[in-house]
Amino acid sequence: MKLWLAKQRYLIDFTLASLARRKTRNLGLLLVYTLLVFMLASVTLYTHALRQEAARVLAASPEVIVQRMVAGRHDLIPPGYMEKIGRIRGVQKMEGRLWGYYYDAVTKANYTFMVPAGNPPAAGEIVVGPALERSRGLAKDNGISFRSYSGKLHTFIVADVLPQASELVSADLVLMSEQNFRAFFDYPVGHYTDIALSVANPQEVRNVAVKLGAALPDARPILRDEVLRTYASIYDWREGIVLALLSAAILAFGILAWEKASGLSAEEKREIGILKAIGWETGDVIKMKFWEGLLISLTAFLAGFVAAYVHVFHFAASLFEPVLKGWAVLYPRFQLTPHIDGLQVATLFFFTVVPYAAAVLVPIWKAAITDPDSVMRS
Amino acid sequence: MIELSGIRKAFNQGHDNEYWALDGIDLSIEAKKVTALRGPSGSGKTTLLTIVGCLARPTEGRVRLLGEDISGLPERFLTEIRRKRFGFIFQQFNLIKGLSALDNIILPAYPTGRPRRELLERAEELLAGLKLGHRRHAKVEWLSGGEQQRVAICRALINDPELVIADEPTANLDTHLSREFMGILEGLADQGRTILLTSHDPLVVESDVVQRVIDMRDGKLIDEH
Amino acid sequence: MRPADRAFLLLAAGICAFALCFVDAARLRAVAGADEAERTRLVAQLRLTDLALFTEARYTRHPSQADLHSAFQDHPLALEHFPTGSLIAPPAGLAKVGAGDTAK
Repeated sequence: MKLWLAKQRYLIDFTLASLARRKTRNLGLLLVYTLLVFMLASVTLYTHALRQEAARVLAASPEVIVQRMVAGRHDLIPPGYMEKIGRIRGVQKMEGRLWGYYYDAVTKANYTFMVPAGNPPAAGEIVVGPALERSRGLAKDNGISFRSYSGKLHTFIVADVLPQASELVSADLVLMSEQNFRAFFDYPVGHYTDIALSVANPQEVRNVAVKLGAALPDARPILRDEVLRTYASIYDWREGIVLALLSAAILAFGILAWEKASGLSAEEKREIGILKAIGWETGDVIKMKFWEGLLISLTAFLAGFVAAYVHVFHFAASLFEPVLKGWAVLYPRFQLTPHIDGLQVATLFFFTVVPYAAAVLVPIWKAAITDPDSVMRS
Repeated sequence: MIELSGIRKAFNQGHDNEYWALDGIDLSIEAKKVTALRGPSGSGKTTLLTIVGCLARPTEGRVRLLGEDISGLPERFLTEIRRKRFGFIFQQFNLIKGLSALDNIILPAYPTGRPRRELLERAEELLAGLKLGHRRHAKVEWLSGGEQQRVAICRALINDPELVIADEPTANLDTHLSREFMGILEGLADQGRTILLTSHDPLVVESDVVQRVIDMRDGKLIDEH
Repeated sequence: MRPADRAFLLLAAGICAFALCFVDAARLRAVAGADEAERTRLVAQLRLTDLALFTEARYTRHPSQADLHSAFQDHPLALEHFPTGSLIAPPAGLAKVGAGDTAK
């Protein structure tokens, strides 16, 4: 074991010395490699953490939301609709939700106006989300006016600001009383935006949906599972696009690495011949090159991953911000809770470290099994 | 020490340009003697050197080292023999660029895993013996031809071989350096090492150090002095 | 110090940093527990269904509640208007036959 280690140290000594001879080139390669791992790791860490976050937080959302469809579009729930649903076994509670969108011409942003179920703000008061607090410079007890779609100006007092910690789900919310909501939007009395059902037994949810479909053919039940599925697949598209773009980079890097590794220069071939002539075994030469590949790829992987971790979880993935923000004026400021998928990391490791090590080894194998007498015939 | 019998070596065998570099060599190299192979270029002396040095296998014939047939041994064993018993001084010196003189010298000992301190001590000793101690940390490409050769000699000796093989050792040296080399060679012979070299340099083959000169032509031994 | 030892040291440092990421992640998760509870409480209380990631259009603000066809605006050949449309897949139901009625 000790002897083995001593040998490996010699091999590493040698491989580092030969890397140092082409310092700029190898450092450049290492940098590009690290950057590549950094990008890939950032994307996977970010999307995984966000999906985890969504799954955990939205697990508390209503089991079933019932929308009414008119001509394939979402429509208001008219009075008497809930009664038509009647009693369905397993449904604990049935409540109409009131919410809608408001476009604020001042900030050119969309807000979500909503009437909370329990202890709504008093008449004339609102509770705003943290992004609103920032974009409109609001604070507790400030007054703010919104011009409603009917043209009338409504003034509200900010009773409270939702906690910063909840920003990921509440950034653009404006909570108000039912009375204010209906007055502001001219929302007809007795109508609701949709209906939230609580179902105690998760096994019952499907049955409830089936019964709803039978009772009200124009209803569209949205199950919590579907909500969760929506977020489980969020960024799948963009991840795909990013990976598609990155795949070009990966290919380019692959060519670079392959070229560097397989374009074994005459100089390197001569060196291998010398090493073999003076008593290195083919295995020693291959091990020496294996260390080269492993050192470069492992360094790149570790550095890239650690940088990606810091980027995503300590700098809020700030490099991605322009991509993720889209055109939204209100963008939530949030710090993702790090959930790291070991399998993803292992996959990343496998797909970044192994190919490079292989790319280094293959041509060396060919060169190393040639006869050592070539050095004498030069 | 080494016995060759019926050695033939072909290059590009089975192709149109098939060429027999060695054509029936029977030779016995005695231990603790300085033997020189002499002949024009293309006479097969370097090829013979590669076969004696286990760098290549003969196409036909047998090589015996200390009575043991080694021509059929697998590559790994040949490498081990090369490392333990032979030291090579190549015509082009074949040092690894970018490494210091010391690092070059200890290179053949890497696969043995011997402690580095021990290797460095031995290398320093060898360098000092060839009056090159002051250049030990210089990169080999900064050394002069003569210095490079002395580094190559030190490298050949790091594993304390019984047989030193030198291919055209004076081809890249001027007369003064060639004389110095012969002095070094004499020292090695005095240490009891077997030396086999190729040369067509009269300064080498006519020197007193060389005890046996074998003439070669067209892959055959033609004469012996 | 020998180059090999320097390399070992560098690798060891890298592996430590790598391991530290996981330790740090566990620490952050523990710290963030209260915040997460706050979010979950708000989701339950307000019966929220979506993350407020993209607020520019209703199908990006509430992708799970959006009209089945809203990812395509008014018809399937409509060009995507908002960049975030590319971040969110169309409703899962669209991929299935009988898209409008998940109950069937």
